[in-house]
Amino acid sequence: MNMLNVSSSPHVRDNSSTRRIMLDVCIALLPACIFGIVNFGMRALAVLAVSVITCVVSEYLFEYFMHKPITIGDLSAVVTGLLLGMNMPHTIPLWIVMIGSVFAIIVVKQLFGGLGQNFMNPALAARCFLLISFAGRMTSFTYDGVTGATPLALLKSGESVNVLRMFLGTTAGVIGETSTVAILVGALYLIIRKVITPLIPVIYLAVFSVFVLLFGGHGFDMTYLAAELCGGGLMLGAFFMATDYVTSPVNTAGKIIYGIILGILTGLFRIFGNSAEGVSYAIIFSNILVPLIEKITVPRAFGVVREKKSKEVS
Amino acid sequence: MSVLTFRGGTHPYDGKALSRDAAIEELKPGEELVFPLSQHIGAPAVPIVEIGERVLAGQKIAAKAGFVSANIHSSVSGTVVKIEPRTVATGGKVNSIIIKNDNLYEQAPPINDKNPEDMTDDEIRAVIEEAGIVGMGGAGFPTNVKLTPKNPEKIDTIIVNGAECEPYLTSDYRRMLEYTDELVKGLKIALRLFPGARGVFGVEDNKPEAIKALKNATSGEDNIEVAVLKIKYPQGGERCMIKAVTGREINSKMLPADAGCIVHNIDTIASIYQAVYEGRPLTRRIVTVTGDAVNSTHNYYVYLGTNMRVLIDAAGGFKTEPAKVISGGPMMGFAMYDLDVPMVKGSSSVLALSRDDVSGSAESPCIRCGRCASACPEHLLPMKLAQAARHNDADTFKKLYGMECVECGCCSYVCPAKRQVTQSVKSMKRMIMAQARKEAKK
Repeated sequence: MNMLNVSSSPHVRDNSSTRRIMLDVCIALLPACIFGIVNFGMRALAVLAVSVITCVVSEYLFEYFMHKPITIGDLSAVVTGLLLGMNMPHTIPLWIVMIGSVFAIIVVKQLFGGLGQNFMNPALAARCFLLISFAGRMTSFTYDGVTGATPLALLKSGESVNVLRMFLGTTAGVIGETSTVAILVGALYLIIRKVITPLIPVIYLAVFSVFVLLFGGHGFDMTYLAAELCGGGLMLGAFFMATDYVTSPVNTAGKIIYGIILGILTGLFRIFGNSAEGVSYAIIFSNILVPLIEKITVPRAFGVVREKKSKEVS
Repeated sequence: MSVLTFRGGTHPYDGKALSRDAAIEELKPGEELVFPLSQHIGAPAVPIVEIGERVLAGQKIAAKAGFVSANIHSSVSGTVVKIEPRTVATGGKVNSIIIKNDNLYEQAPPINDKNPEDMTDDEIRAVIEEAGIVGMGGAGFPTNVKLTPKNPEKIDTIIVNGAECEPYLTSDYRRMLEYTDELVKGLKIALRLFPGARGVFGVEDNKPEAIKALKNATSGEDNIEVAVLKIKYPQGGERCMIKAVTGREINSKMLPADAGCIVHNIDTIASIYQAVYEGRPLTRRIVTVTGDAVNSTHNYYVYLGTNMRVLIDAAGGFKTEPAKVISGGPMMGFAMYDLDVPMVKGSSSVLALSRDDVSGSAESPCIRCGRCASACPEHLLPMKLAQAARHNDADTFKKLYGMECVECGCCSYVCPAKRQVTQSVKSMKRMIMAQARKEAKK
């Protein structure tokens, strides 16, 4: 007989894998990507393709030259590439896309230790980096050949917007964020596949809604609220970036606090800030708070009575 | 009654269909029987027989040494040939009494010949103690100690653990089906010691026949009920069982008695019946032989001390080369490097698998998906505990309640990055406990 394998229990594993989770996220992003390509044309496809390819290649090259195991097979670089591409206007020069992708993978992800170690969402950090570096190009939007503002910017300057078009996504904006319905379809897939729980997005959107109703200056105006919810990167951010495993709290209490902070920050940035947008900065800022949040929200272990209480009892 | 459960846990492939329908068969033990002196928690028993001495089946061959310890009896008649260290299923070597079977099965006098109805509580406890009965779910805590809690008046629930949540195992299931009345009588003995308590059979709802049999057998009993538990691993863990049945929680520093409960394994209750009603000490138990690498699957009634190879040979040997042979279930059992090990009081199964999930999967970085935290029945954050363990950071580990881990294996099972989460936490626990012992000695 051959040698028997010996290891510490448990001796069985389920069939989940990191790759399968990342593949599910890619599948969930497809509706919004496809809509973006239909909405903005083949130029959007070029942006997405360059972004994904640059992310994967930079991960490969970095790991190759650093003599680390090649991990592009886990598809996490593909997710980063897709998210980054979806967060750019389709008119962006492709070399900017490449700079953003390299920044996301090398600086934000690999230099901090690779998958699971980055304290900020790589795609969002890269987007903010590009927003600062190429402010004009990152915020100039054309739609149907006409340069114009996004619905959210129009809303901020007091003009009226078409909420139905915002929900469907036939408006100006970055490639992947305009269609609320396409994003929700993808989000539903992730929830059904149990890749994400709806906890963070639901709390995020609820707190944001309350903030807008209280401080938005429009009173109890449901149309205004709907436009704020469907506009900008809120839906994409809430379902696909705020739920990023690596950069969000792991425990339930932490997730609730994280969602509340996100809602308040997004409201603050959007209503009181200069820009109509606020989701990216809100998420990045909250990412940095995650270790602190987790530190103060260690869940009570089963059967353990917290010390204060046990003193009362005795 | 509604279906009871706990928060956390997971649903591994249960494999019970392989051996569920195999009726209990008696298995003769072969020539050489090995009786490790430590088959229980506490001090090893002390041999009371000499090499060359003839012993009878049911004769005490090693006596308990201390309050938490247990007697050991020979399961066959024969001659003591050696007393030497032998390999046991958990991997180590344990000093053992080796007996050569004379195949006569000549019985020693019974340890109890009184009518159970006429016995006092102390006499019953004494018989259980004499019979060497320990918790047969694996931990091996002496049963008479369990039945002698500090505050006996506070015990209001005696739970018989029929969850059998470990995948593949069916020995308790067969016992519930085929020895239903013995179990009810065994539980009634335990209940006699605690007049204020109710008795509860806790059974997972994937065993409807066992639930039906127990319900029929207890229909006339006012103080015994059958609790139907939702199928989920580790429902049979003591803490999860108490939570599901009573809603109470205990932690690592508490005993079930602190929650008013005593929890017994199915085979333990059957052994109590046999000791008190039939005067037989604990010398046999039911062991499941199963897995996809054995030729046929069985539930054997084995003589303790039987070599594991006897069970495997009786099952027709291996169908395919096994990659892993496990004593116990796949979640908490022990993988063995050597099949020459004896069946002991805590042996529940011999599981031979043709494929090893562990060696076939490489670890990748933790992506903080949180699945381990959702699966943890102790509501811990296993990914953070494993990280603290890797950094050898005992303070953080303890602050995150790492010592509460019950080592059920759920976190490793569900991990998509295939990380050895349970294993890291386990070793850190061992290190902290060893450190604490060292400091206590100073």
